[in-house]
Amino acid sequence: MQVTKAIEEINRHTVAVLVDNESGVLARVIGLFSGRGYNIESLTVAEVDAAQKLSRITIVTSGTAMIIEQIKNQLRRLVPVHKVHDLTIEGPHVSRELALIKVVATGDKRVESLRIADIFRARAIDSTNESFVFEVVGATEKVDAFIKLMEPLGLTDVSRTGVVAIARGPNPI
Amino acid sequence: MVHHDTLTGAEILLKALVDQGVEVIFGYPGGAVLPIYDELFKQNRLRHVLVRHEQAAVHAAEGYARSTGKVGCVLVTSGPGATNAVTGLADAQCDSVPLVCLTGQVPTHLIGNDAFQEADITGITRPCTKHNYLVKDVNDLARTVHEAFHVARSGRPGPVLIDLPKDVVQAKGEYQPPSKVKSKYKPQVKGDLKAIEKAVEMIAHAKRPVFYVGGGVINSGPAACQLLTQFVRMTGYPCTLTLMGLGAFPGSDPLFLGMLGMHGTVEANMAMHDCDLMINIGARFDDRVTGKLDGFSPKSKKIHVDIDPSSINKNVVVDLPIVGDCAHVLEDMIKVWKAKQCRIDEKALKAWWARIDQWRASDCLSFENSNKIIKPQYAVQRLYELTRHRNPYFCTEVGQHQMWAAQHLKFDLPHHWLTSGGLGTMGYGLPSAMGVQMAHPEALVINIAGEASIQMNIQEMATLVQHRLPVKIVILNNQYLGMVRQWQELIHGGRYSESHMIHHPDFVKLAEAFGAVGLRAEKPGEVDEAIKEMIAVDRPVILELRTDASENVFPMIMPGMAHNEMVLGPEDKGRDKPGSEQDGMVLV
Repeated sequence: MQVTKAIEEINRHTVAVLVDNESGVLARVIGLFSGRGYNIESLTVAEVDAAQKLSRITIVTSGTAMIIEQIKNQLRRLVPVHKVHDLTIEGPHVSRELALIKVVATGDKRVESLRIADIFRARAIDSTNESFVFEVVGATEKVDAFIKLMEPLGLTDVSRTGVVAIARGPNPI
Repeated sequence: MVHHDTLTGAEILLKALVDQGVEVIFGYPGGAVLPIYDELFKQNRLRHVLVRHEQAAVHAAEGYARSTGKVGCVLVTSGPGATNAVTGLADAQCDSVPLVCLTGQVPTHLIGNDAFQEADITGITRPCTKHNYLVKDVNDLARTVHEAFHVARSGRPGPVLIDLPKDVVQAKGEYQPPSKVKSKYKPQVKGDLKAIEKAVEMIAHAKRPVFYVGGGVINSGPAACQLLTQFVRMTGYPCTLTLMGLGAFPGSDPLFLGMLGMHGTVEANMAMHDCDLMINIGARFDDRVTGKLDGFSPKSKKIHVDIDPSSINKNVVVDLPIVGDCAHVLEDMIKVWKAKQCRIDEKALKAWWARIDQWRASDCLSFENSNKIIKPQYAVQRLYELTRHRNPYFCTEVGQHQMWAAQHLKFDLPHHWLTSGGLGTMGYGLPSAMGVQMAHPEALVINIAGEASIQMNIQEMATLVQHRLPVKIVILNNQYLGMVRQWQELIHGGRYSESHMIHHPDFVKLAEAFGAVGLRAEKPGEVDEAIKEMIAVDRPVILELRTDASENVFPMIMPGMAHNEMVLGPEDKGRDKPGSEQDGMVLV
């Protein structure tokens, strides 16, 4: 019974995908997830090698071990996909997310928001007499916690990058 | 001095097609592809078959590809031309057929403008092609075409679409020969030798083994089929084939158990259920094969050889996966088998065959023949017996007739059986037969059809006549959407909702109206004469056989049931208890 349980356990995985930076490649990846009913919890993409026209997509997804294996194999089937690495199982990795958070407040709440920002090492990157825009960087949980604390203090707008991740140590993917 | 010829996009395109070995294009002209058609007009190296509907162009290219092992080629215009081709592309994607489909597109400056006959065809076909391209620069054209053919035929084959804006094919640019183009797409073809050694060991030690072989072996090529046959005969183990795999192992060989799956034989399905080792080569555990997953071959270890890693552990968890091309893996398996001087367990195998022979004794494909009304199984059997000396190609549409054809025809050679397996596309047979006949002008090409399926692409009769393609179409006319009627009878309380086509054309007159030959047989006694007459004619023929409307395809694994829960025939009590659909994987 325990074996079945292990197989059916749903886990979150961070997958790094190296792709040709060509039109439609992101649509292929997203279409694969929606078409086959896989979850996307977060997805980020940007060019990482201009000379070779390569982009890196970081996908945070969840599923059973069998589903995760399917996701990786399906991604590898796409012609513009060069590498697929499951950072979650391949060893230690670091992941970060950046968020921009707008807080509209005056008086005590405004001061409190600054104080909490300080604790989280968030920076105010825009300010008016009645608002701040904070920039916070960290693991998803830290960003979540910061946003939660800002909610009662006048949180009005959030923009997050989603997770970017990289393996620890000297080796590239 | 290096001299570069400057050519128009259309010239580059055709040059690239010729360099890729294309001989025939199936297509239909329109505004966006006029410059390409103008270029086609000026040359005589590429033949063009003018179809009557773009879906048929794709199926015809599938027929061409599947009967030759080459890449099929399609050319259609933008917008509706391209969208009409989508069903064919989806069909080729499901059955892993290598195709390159060229679609016209509005000029680049109009893309996204809702221009006349504009459709976002790369967007539409992304999920139903192996890959697709939109060429925006004439200097990328030659490279793209070469890469498209490489992608279509490499690894697990599939359809590739190239969208060609009109201004790109009119612009001037440079040609690059295939030798100058290096693709980064390199699928793994050699299997892991350690895994192969392990597999051979498992195979040698099996007590109740079965080879479960699919279309991957056919796609791998005739060499793979020969190696498979050699290996199976070396072991003396039983072998079953999927619908797509028929022909990969000789149908007349005593080691062949028949097709497996929903309408497979008792011996094949029971062997799958009771085996201790399943050797899956180039099959994908399709839901029509496995039935209820919980009850699928519960006692076996499973080896799975597949070129597509995503087919492994998708539906069924296997014990030993081997990623690689079937021919390579089989070659290595035979080498290892010989090198290790493997011996099978003769005693166990004898006992296993004794059990299989008991299942075989049920003679599950037998049927009660009649001398009053044509039984469809009888019609297929006669067709087989009266044509086998000519080694014909058989195409089918989709439905009951397809299953009877799969059950009662025997294929000793690969690439002679063409049917829409994965997508189940009604209307596949006639155009695919067209493509087969184009590739094999002298061969006897027979399309076994139902009266409903044939009407899905009946317009292609005109193509047959125009291009003098003497395809023989045998319609088993039972007045119903037979497979729908069968499910309604067995599962939906006999409520025949919209499955009875009360009006049909007079198929004999219809054939004649197209300029073909029409024949009809209504009694069993007329069948042989009609078939002989049909194959004696050197023109396209429709032979309509009026068959028993109430006949059902058996054996049948009901939705949600397992292999050992087959329904053998109309008298079998099992038919009253189809399983709950939630329990099974078979949802349709």
